[in-house]
Amino acid sequence: MKILVGISKAPDTTTKIKFTDNNTKFDEAGVQYIVNPYDEWYALVRALELKEAGGGSVTIVTVGGADVEPIMRKALAVGADDAVRIDAEPIDAFFVAEQIAAYAKDNGYDMVLFGKETIDYNGGQVGGMVAQLLDLPYVSNASKMDVNGNTATIERDIQGGIEVLEVNTPFVLSAAKGMAEQRIPNMRGIMAARTKKLDVVPAAAAEALTEVKSYALPPEKGAVKLIDPENVEELVELLHKEAKVI
Amino acid sequence: MSGTKLLDLNPIKLEEMTDRYEAHDYYLMDEFLTDEQKLMRDSLRTWLKKDVSPIIEDYFERAEFPHQIVKGLGDHGCFGPYIPTEYGGAGVDQITYGLLMQELERVDSGIRSTSSVQSSLVMYPIYKFGTEEHRKKYLPKLATGEMIGCFGLTEPDHGSNPGGMVTNFKDMGDHYLLNGAKMWISNAPFADVAVVWAKDESGRVHGLIVDRGMEGFSTPEMHGKHSLRASATGELIFDNVKVPKENLMPGKSGLGAPLMCLDSARYGIAWGAIGAALDCYDSALRYAKERTQFDKPLAAFQLTQKKLAEMITEITKAQMLTFRLGQLRNEGRATSAQISMAKRNNVDMAINIAREARQIHGAMGITGEYPCMRHMANLESVITYEGTHDIHLLITGMDVTGISAFK
Ligand SMILES: Cc1cc2nc3c(=O)[nH]c(=O)nc-3n(C[C@H](O)[C@H](O)[C@H](O)COP(=O)(O)OP(=O)(O)OC[C@H]3O[C@@H](n4cnc5c(N)ncnc54)[C@H](O)[C@@H]3O)c2cc1C
Repeated sequence: MKILVGISKAPDTTTKIKFTDNNTKFDEAGVQYIVNPYDEWYALVRALELKEAGGGSVTIVTVGGADVEPIMRKALAVGADDAVRIDAEPIDAFFVAEQIAAYAKDNGYDMVLFGKETIDYNGGQVGGMVAQLLDLPYVSNASKMDVNGNTATIERDIQGGIEVLEVNTPFVLSAAKGMAEQRIPNMRGIMAARTKKLDVVPAAAAEALTEVKSYALPPEKGAVKLIDPENVEELVELLHKEAKVI
Repeated sequence: MSGTKLLDLNPIKLEEMTDRYEAHDYYLMDEFLTDEQKLMRDSLRTWLKKDVSPIIEDYFERAEFPHQIVKGLGDHGCFGPYIPTEYGGAGVDQITYGLLMQELERVDSGIRSTSSVQSSLVMYPIYKFGTEEHRKKYLPKLATGEMIGCFGLTEPDHGSNPGGMVTNFKDMGDHYLLNGAKMWISNAPFADVAVVWAKDESGRVHGLIVDRGMEGFSTPEMHGKHSLRASATGELIFDNVKVPKENLMPGKSGLGAPLMCLDSARYGIAWGAIGAALDCYDSALRYAKERTQFDKPLAAFQLTQKKLAEMITEITKAQMLTFRLGQLRNEGRATSAQISMAKRNNVDMAINIAREARQIHGAMGITGEYPCMRHMANLESVITYEGTHDIHLLITGMDVTGISAFK
């Protein structure tokens, strides 16, 4: 299997979110970046498992400036064979998809895997767009994938059950929880990552189709209201009138 | 952006990762580290949170070493990290070594001790003073944890004054005959190999490699420790042990040889102690914010703030001290006296923070629910071994005055 895995950076989950430029830009000052967990824990690790079981190669691809290289090195330390950085700021999902599709087009990958979304803007669009641009089948939110020859059997969690699909390679997939288990890089992996190939390729001509008008933080969480266990009526009243959940 | 909880992101059962530790870096010292150093440290931290911190309290209570973590320690480079890769080490620099020791001791001084002994007191002398055969035979297996080593210097009657040791060996022509006893030896009960310091017939100290299984060599475990309970400590007893002549490490003799090993281990302890202090501070800070008394969080009282503010101040000073010492070690310029100062200062800093942090936790602080009491108890060993607190003071005193006050 020749597998391409899209890897993106995401702010560490403990980041305090702030905006600048009139609430149109995420304030990156002091932000620590991690590998987007859906990409790292599920898409990448499943790709590595398939390679370990049946041979082949796992290449990671990231659209971004030189500042994303540390997270790419981490993905290499987890076990990817080599890496490609497409040298452009990722403006929007379509722009990123155009870049990855342009790179993947002539490289004959059996599958292109992504995480189901990046935990920054949670758009979850890149995988689908790449599939469209490459004219390949797309399976989103996959929680399990077994491969036999060039047929993959894939499970998706759907409302109240599981959907089982079959798809032939090549295809594009976005991975959700259940697909694999996180691997913690070990010393050997980190040392090996030093010398793995990280190619930087120029961006393809593409334009962003969306523009962010503004961001807003969710409303502050209100204080907790404690209600006496004896006073069930007041609880019901509040749940109904204030919380509007019953 | 979801800065909140990741509800369906729990492949390593994050919901079971009860360890809420967060590192504190008040002076942004991380900016001096390379991405690779941070990745090595953070990977070790994640593994420790997943596989070690959840079980450590239990092993401490039972006074048992958790053998199942040995492979993981090897995988994460905790055995001889600075030993060159050709011998199975990771070949990293001294600052990375320090960072790894800090993460280990953040979890437990006993785990860090196991790693310090293996790295600085067993692999380091074999690498520095051993023959090429010694290196090839032992180092790769010690690096993975397939073999565990121990270091025998202290004797029942010679602790701070190891030069008075009575353990000795005689040249019998085709072998050496080793007699004597070592005490307080970390890892001894299960070690596969011991680096033993003993005097030859002329009274000069040499390092011998003693393998488990040699006739007359036994390693009874010492019991009843109230400190460093998750690390095994034992005796080394040599009753007419025939040691092959090729087991003598020829590279260096005299007391300076074991002292060089101690320099390396003490440097690691200086970093490690910061880890224990950080864990206590982190726990106390969280507890002070969450626990309410007199309708206010504890953190709102000036007396609590004084404790917390002084803790982070002392931690920050210790971080800067060790970082600079790491640079000097990388350049081969750190003196033994400089290392003594850092070991003494940082362990003392950590033990004081453990005590203050325990107080902030009130009665809860004496339980195993929180790490402070365990760290505090552990640090009583750390402030004693590898040169006691007072001995290091005398080293600094001698260094600045030029006059020895030891005898
Ligand atoms: C858990 C644990 C693990 C250990 N692991 C190892 C190991 O793996 N290998 C090993 O070789 N050793 C090990 N040790 C031994 C350790 O290094 C010694 O305990 C230490 O060197 C102190 O020696 P001592 O206990 O005999 O104390 P002593 O030397 O008897 O000292 C007692 C007190 O007297 C003070 N004192 C001594 N001399 C002077 C002086 N000249 N001036 C002023 N004060 C002085 C000391 O500071 C101390 O407060 C370990 C110890 C512990 C507790």
